[in-house]
Amino acid sequence: MVDSYRPLSLKEALDLRADTGAMPFAGGTDLMVRYRYESGAIPDYPRPVMFVNQLDDLRKIRRIDHGLSIGAAVTMTEVLDHDDVPEILKEALLTIAAPGLRNTATIAGNICNASPAGDSICALYALDAGVKLQSPGGERIEPIYQFITGPGKIDLHADEILTEIIIPEDHSTIHLFKKVGTRRANALSKLTLSAVARISDSRIDEIRIAIGAVAPTVVRSLELEKRMEGRSLKEVALEAEDILRDYDALVQPIDDQRSTAVYRKRVAMNLVRHFLLGVVLQQKGA
Amino acid sequence: MATINFSVNGTSHAIDTDPLRRLLDILREDLKLTGVKEGCGEGECGACSVLKNGILVNSCMIPIGTCEGTEIITPEGLRETVQGKAIIDAYGESGAVQCGFCTPGMMMATEALLRKNPSPSEGEAREALSGNLCRCTGYDMIIDGVLKAAERGKGLW
Ligand SMILES: Cc1cc2nc3c(=O)[nH]c(=O)nc-3n(C[C@@H](O)[C@@H](O)[C@H](O)COP(=O)(O)OP(=O)(O)OC[C@H]3O[C@@H](n4cnc5c(N)ncnc54)[C@H](O)[C@@H]3O)c2cc1C
Ligand code: FES
Ligand code: FES
Repeated sequence: MVDSYRPLSLKEALDLRADTGAMPFAGGTDLMVRYRYESGAIPDYPRPVMFVNQLDDLRKIRRIDHGLSIGAAVTMTEVLDHDDVPEILKEALLTIAAPGLRNTATIAGNICNASPAGDSICALYALDAGVKLQSPGGERIEPIYQFITGPGKIDLHADEILTEIIIPEDHSTIHLFKKVGTRRANALSKLTLSAVARISDSRIDEIRIAIGAVAPTVVRSLELEKRMEGRSLKEVALEAEDILRDYDALVQPIDDQRSTAVYRKRVAMNLVRHFLLGVVLQQKGA
Repeated sequence: MATINFSVNGTSHAIDTDPLRRLLDILREDLKLTGVKEGCGEGECGACSVLKNGILVNSCMIPIGTCEGTEIITPEGLRETVQGKAIIDAYGESGAVQCGFCTPGMMMATEALLRKNPSPSEGEAREALSGNLCRCTGYDMIIDGVLKAAERGKGLW
């Protein structure tokens, strides 16, 4: 049996984490399944557990300079009910599990679980989100694509807690979120696409394309995005097939119980193609 | 071990227990509230649904340590309210109950929906109950029950 803690302030939580190595427990929708033991028995946690969802410091959504901060203990339902949250993140959250689970599950937990099929994660890549990590000694902010290092792997130090998700102001003029799963509720993704773009005067000012569950971590290419940004739709149209071939090389899915590599690759590339040729390049003045 | 203070269906409890035990087990085993069912034990089926501070949750996913100071409503509590009675009657008239195993959880999800949205569309009702599995009815009769409860019980929520 392991100990459990219920700190009442962020400071207490950070000290506890540093002193005991307790693992943060947010909504528990991953932890309760991962360590599930027999019916009626206490889950088989390998380390002490520290509840965090009662921490007021982590329960706020607030506007910050050039963006939005979502506290690590804010539930998915609370994020969905908030006016300032970008639409693409809401669309992604609505595909996760079902209302009862979204009432306790957090985005921070989805990120720290670091499943390649984490649906909020894919949207957060497209929004260029970052995470704030705090320890008794200080804090740092990392882009999500650096924080998540592999399936189930994150760059979280032993004395750190993820405290905020930081989403830069969303200036996109178009977005597309698409989750492919077996059924609408309670189904993990076979694959997901999250893409945003800002088009003005027939030019791509900004574009970000993220593809989930087709590689060890969400696929996003800063290089290919740079190649399109600042260019006219006409110019990009001439290179579109080339760019799609480069995306194709990055999409390296596997077979598992949810889908096959062949299916994932085909559908993922059809969606990227649709976003680029069918949505972005169809904007007025192309 | 810790003492957890919380209320269930309006009655206060102070329970000495391991905070990591599941709310589901406390309700069923310690408080004998067996209207709360365990189907899957992993968040998939909704049979264990209860309201925690008015919000629908799956009690198999909740450690009792996170319930300090909260108010829990189980199917036994819902059954005694006018709203609960309206839901029970509507389910009965719609033929929404066959083996009945999913029914308490379905009714908790229905109550949670109607509190937030007293006149839901069919689509909204399906979304609200999407975390509850039924192996018998094929769902249509349950959705009829939800819509009938909303219509008959107008003004109750
Ligand atoms: C039936 C079911 C269906 C699901 N469907 C989907 C789906 O469709 N799409 C999807 O993406 N996910 C799905 N999930 C998984 C999803 O619910 C989780 O990934 C959830 O987002 C995790 O959040 P949580 O708050 O419950 O995390 P927890 O389970 O509490 O924690 C998850 C991990 O994050 C760590 N952690 C949590 N908070 C912090 C913090 N502040 N700092 C550092 N580490 C932290 C924990 O230690 C743990 O390792 C489903 C789960 C279930 C049970
Ligand atoms: S028993 Fe809790 S969701 Fe199935
Ligand atoms: S009535 Fe049997 S599971 Fe729903």
